[in-house]
Amino acid sequence: MADALVEMRGIVKTYPGVVALDGVDFTLGAGEIHALVGENGAGKSTLIRILTGAEQPDRGRIRLSGREIRPRRPAEAQRLGVAAVYQEINLAPDLSIAENLLLGREPRAPLGWIRWGEMRRRARRILGDMGLEAEVATPLRHCSIAVRQMIAVARAVDQKAKVLVLDEPTSSLDAAETSRLFDLMRRLRGLGLGILFITHFLEQVYAVSDRITILRGGRRVGSHAARDLSRLALVSAMLGKAAPEAAAARPRTRPVDSGAPARLVARRVFRRRVVQPFDLTLRSGEVLGFAGLLGSGRTEIARLLFGVDARDGGTLSVNGKTVQHHSPRRAIRCGMALAPEDRRAAGLVPHLSVRDNILLALHASRGWLRRLPRRRQHALAERFVRSLSIATPDLSRPVAQLSGGNQQKVILARWLLMEPTILLLDEPTRGIDIGAKDQIESLVGDLRARGMAIIFISGELEEVARVSDRVLVLRDRSVAGELAGADLRLSSIMERIAGSGGGDGGA
Amino acid sequence: MRDVARNLLWPFAAVAILMAFNALRDPAFLHLRLVDGRLTGAMIDVLNQGAPVMLLALGMSLVIGTGGIDLSVGAIMAVAGAAAAAMLHSGASSASAVGAALAVGAAAGLWNGSLVALLGIPPIVATLIFMVAGRGVAQLITDGEIITIAPDAAILAIGRGSLFGVPLPVLTALSAAGALAALARLTSLGLFIEGVGGNEEASRYAGLSVRSIRIAAYSIMGLLAALAGLIDAADIAAADANNCGLYLELDAILAVVIGGTALTGGRFSIAGSLLGAVLIQTLSTTILRADFGGRSVPVELNLIIKAAVVLALCLVQSGEWRRLCRPIRSAAA
Repeated sequence: MADALVEMRGIVKTYPGVVALDGVDFTLGAGEIHALVGENGAGKSTLIRILTGAEQPDRGRIRLSGREIRPRRPAEAQRLGVAAVYQEINLAPDLSIAENLLLGREPRAPLGWIRWGEMRRRARRILGDMGLEAEVATPLRHCSIAVRQMIAVARAVDQKAKVLVLDEPTSSLDAAETSRLFDLMRRLRGLGLGILFITHFLEQVYAVSDRITILRGGRRVGSHAARDLSRLALVSAMLGKAAPEAAAARPRTRPVDSGAPARLVARRVFRRRVVQPFDLTLRSGEVLGFAGLLGSGRTEIARLLFGVDARDGGTLSVNGKTVQHHSPRRAIRCGMALAPEDRRAAGLVPHLSVRDNILLALHASRGWLRRLPRRRQHALAERFVRSLSIATPDLSRPVAQLSGGNQQKVILARWLLMEPTILLLDEPTRGIDIGAKDQIESLVGDLRARGMAIIFISGELEEVARVSDRVLVLRDRSVAGELAGADLRLSSIMERIAGSGGGDGGA
Repeated sequence: MRDVARNLLWPFAAVAILMAFNALRDPAFLHLRLVDGRLTGAMIDVLNQGAPVMLLALGMSLVIGTGGIDLSVGAIMAVAGAAAAAMLHSGASSASAVGAALAVGAAAGLWNGSLVALLGIPPIVATLIFMVAGRGVAQLITDGEIITIAPDAAILAIGRGSLFGVPLPVLTALSAAGALAALARLTSLGLFIEGVGGNEEASRYAGLSVRSIRIAAYSIMGLLAALAGLIDAADIAAADANNCGLYLELDAILAVVIGGTALTGGRFSIAGSLLGAVLIQTLSTTILRADFGGRSVPVELNLIIKAAVVLALCLVQSGEWRRLCRPIRSAAA
């Protein structure tokens, strides 16, 4: 690369107990859109935080246009020409577009007055240069997220940014808005800016990027021109698996019994900007896996099915009954249970005891008046602590003091004692040790044998392939295919995740 | 349990120290006598005068337990008192006046709870609305005047009567505490409140009806505030829309905080809030009784002393403050 705009060399960053970046090199050229991809914990955020001055590296050098820089604060990086537009956009929603564009740089009259006319003219020119159309007096609050994002980009560019970091700018945009943003990005590329683009959507990586750098576990696994990197190779690199083309089909322990009663049927269910319409049938005694990259819609579908988020359309029936207004409370009453992906945010009540956390859903379903006698509570909680071997000194210990694996088992216990007919497990094994993981996997097998209908979601593809009878592959917020029987192999899952450019999909 | 005991230690010690201080200055402080079949004495006065704040603090601990706050309780007192007095004035019986006051209080709580739970208005803003509007409503009811209650009205017993020698306000506050403790421990309501306050999202996933729990907490609060308003009106035999319960929301919140309930929600202690309310009243009484060289403490100083004691209590209970003090203590050792 002749004119490297940004060169990061040997960047190391450690946090207590974690090596976030382990000697990462990264090069961004002028007039280049460069996608940075990787699963959670790969180090993407840390790398851009270092580039934009929000963090300092332990080791390593950063050069901008050949000059070594060491930004200590985002403001300093911005002065040097590195600007970032984050997911939560740092704009003032109650100010107008013009005020936001020129915040802190308002044209002043001699007495320090703001020259409003001049300000609006300048704002209009900035928007014009970017090919954006908007009335500059409009308060930002009234603009769509897409427009706000583009205003943030426009402001950065107007502040003489040479490097633009876009951290998941499309996560809340629809297709039309996304393509407008891409147009803007291409325009800026034409002006010679270097754009670092982070997204979880593979389609978008290929739609707009010139180069792709892949991080995994704090290391750079590769940096390629987008046209030289197949989707399958990209997915393999992100997940750290060579595409096992020749892997033998794993015999299913049990064929899927298509005569078993359908527990959960979804038809054309969707939520705007979150999940494209999908169909799904879940039968008694089967494990349906969801496989897909982060942000592919796997958690979002689980939330729709359980009624955490309202669906915008489609029909859903649970155990034969059509469900209209859905909520977790109703879903539970219909016999559903969801162990959420984010245990801390959506699972545990941290300073309540292990016992209260285990019994929370049961108490909720009984209502406030029909409290279980204390002895019965104790016996129930005790039984599940023992059967799931939850390691806790006693039942009245605050659940926050338990390890991650044991916390996960507390949530499983909460739902198992409700004896659901449909169990949704979202990342039940994330962040827990191998032993607990094996236990949870074999538990899933037992529950299936007892006729429970289970949805198993995991970012670990082998795990999904190992545990599930059928797998729905998700890509870019929609269902990209279903695999079962002999087709259910790691390689075919990866091909489906990679989508079109990924070679011949399926078997 | 150990947590609760530790949280109660300081307020308990503070009450004991204040009592000892009073007893040393005037041994009569500790005397209890039966006069006309009724217990009298300075300590009974403390409890009697503290009853409204005790009631408010009880309800406030539930509301704060859900992660909320209620600034309108003083105004609810005023509306309830005004409603009762107006009913009596128009010839209604004492019983129906009490019923009306309680209904008005519960309705006000329902209103607050609905704003918070259904419309998602932050509790401090939602209850500020009734804090301001409630006094207006009370003034409308009383036509801006102080409505007096006839000296022979049965309703006055709520503020002045006694049962088995114990003043009724004290009995009312203690029974309310008992009822709430039963509600919290014998039903699942206490757990639900702590669940909603501790992690609303997780509670929703577990199938709790977060909205109804919030609304229930504010409604119980409204009911208790109405009871406090009745005691106040019966005590002075008048409904004063402007001054009934004025600033008592602050005393109630302080009582809850002193009692070891975190304003962040997820935890509450009935006993702690009761003790906090007793402490606040003991403090006021102590300051009122104290005199320096024959002169009583001026009112301005009263408030400052109160603030200082409350600040000191909050500091000893604050983890941050303890951490700050640790290096100093070890340096001194």
